[in-house]
Amino acid sequence: MIKFDNVSKRYPSGQEALSQVSFELDDGELAFLTGHSGAGKSTLLKLIMQIELPSSGQLFINGQNLVKLSRQHLPYYRRSIGLVFQDHQLLFDRSVYDNVALPLQISGYEPREASRRVRAALDKVGLLHKEAQNPITLSTGEQQRVGIARAVVNKPALLLADEPTGNLDPELAAEVMGLFEQFSQVGVTVLIASHDHNLIDKLHHHRRLRLEQGKLISGGKRRSKDPH
Amino acid sequence: MAASRENAARKPRQEARPAASAPHQGTFFAWLAQHQVVAVDSLLRLAADWVSTLLTCAVIGIALALPLTLVLLLQNVQRYSGSVQHSGSLSLYMDERAQPALLSLVKQLQNDPAIASATLISPEEALAEFERESGLAEALGGLDANPLPPVIEVVPAIEDKAALAELLASLKTRPGVAEVEFDQLWVERLDAVLRFAERLALLLTVLLGSGVVLVIGNTVRLAIENRRAEIVVVKLVGGTDAYVARPFLYTGLWYGIGGAVIGCVLLQLGLLTLAGPLAQFIASYDGDFRFADLGFGGAFLVVAAAAGLGWLGAFVSVVQHLRSVEPR
Repeated sequence: MIKFDNVSKRYPSGQEALSQVSFELDDGELAFLTGHSGAGKSTLLKLIMQIELPSSGQLFINGQNLVKLSRQHLPYYRRSIGLVFQDHQLLFDRSVYDNVALPLQISGYEPREASRRVRAALDKVGLLHKEAQNPITLSTGEQQRVGIARAVVNKPALLLADEPTGNLDPELAAEVMGLFEQFSQVGVTVLIASHDHNLIDKLHHHRRLRLEQGKLISGGKRRSKDPH
Repeated sequence: MAASRENAARKPRQEARPAASAPHQGTFFAWLAQHQVVAVDSLLRLAADWVSTLLTCAVIGIALALPLTLVLLLQNVQRYSGSVQHSGSLSLYMDERAQPALLSLVKQLQNDPAIASATLISPEEALAEFERESGLAEALGGLDANPLPPVIEVVPAIEDKAALAELLASLKTRPGVAEVEFDQLWVERLDAVLRFAERLALLLTVLLGSGVVLVIGNTVRLAIENRRAEIVVVKLVGGTDAYVARPFLYTGLWYGIGGAVIGCVLLQLGLLTLAGPLAQFIASYDGDFRFADLGFGGAFLVVAAAAGLGWLGAFVSVVQHLRSVEPR
């Protein structure tokens, strides 16, 4: 699903955010991306989202070479990825329902089909009863879960999360992680950037990609036995 | 993907199963429904902030009403001047000594096929009319003799310029004719003034039309600024440039339409104040004058044109600013 091949990212300021990162992630795999802040976690996610372009190296997502992705095709590529932000990035000018429905509206779903999917996604994160509320009235944990519902409503093959538990207490964080594990179990590839060691240690059976000063220092080797 | 499909098949009840296909996605009706949603949504947004929307529309309305008023006045005057051009008459000032031959000359002229009518105005009649119209009766009463010559007023039956000139020349050679005055000069002057006013109207239309485009462009720029966060999220979840631009293009369209409606109302109010005196003025020359306003067809054209200008303004703004709003 994800293949980094000697990917480096140097910002115009000269700072090297990632240097020669190589790793592969299988379909349905759940992995943590760890490291101190400034280690390059966000940059790595931005490269996958094509918010930033790599300075060198090859980057394949779902078999697609991102170096060859045109600006025109970028939106369609992004629709195949669910993104969960640390600060949820919900829109407060519309209801919870409309926030979750946004990716479907963009993809041009028919309202009835969209409605079915939005309700299913909200049900999944346990917030169906709050669909009509404005997200500003929800707690931080609930807002994060709405963000997750929005990320998965399009049934993406790949789910990225940038410090998804950063603003949550341990109990809520564990709950959110439980959701990610469930998505992984049904075949979604999940990559979670986090420096929450307590939480990651509890989920030790998952793969960990450890970044330090832009270099991948552990977890780069594929653990999966079947060569996909 | 094959592995994920297998996984998905194992747990069919789970919702978050990856699926590349999206039913109904991208059909024409879905696209149409999306347009409808966006059009209504951008209208509702404008209505929610109705005070500033109204102010913006008023600015656009005023900018549209000015050239429209000029164009409409011009059209009316042109219509009128078109009708007077054909009725331009010739005045033959006669030599006083030709007095005895006057009546036979009038008869001859009346029989000329190039002449519609020929009327004799005697010096006495001319004096009486002058007294009546000038209000100088007393001063004129002090004159020993009538200074006015007899005049034959000739209305040509022809319109062709060359033929008129020929007629003019032949009339000058008639015995007893001292001078021929062709009443065409003021029509030509009016024509020149109208041509000037036409240019002025065109200039104003272009200038104020550009003003409308700029006003809407700037308003849309502010709207883009206000919805920056939303645009970033939309781009991250896969909104195309067209999708991101659409609400703003509709916003521009609505501003144009709203401005045009206000402009038409202002125009109508302005004409109500102008039409009375104008009709009076024109009626003093020509008994039958009715002021023509925009009418439904004209108003529709104005609204459509303004909607186009609004869309254009929004488009310019979107092209300039939307690309700069990118996720970071």
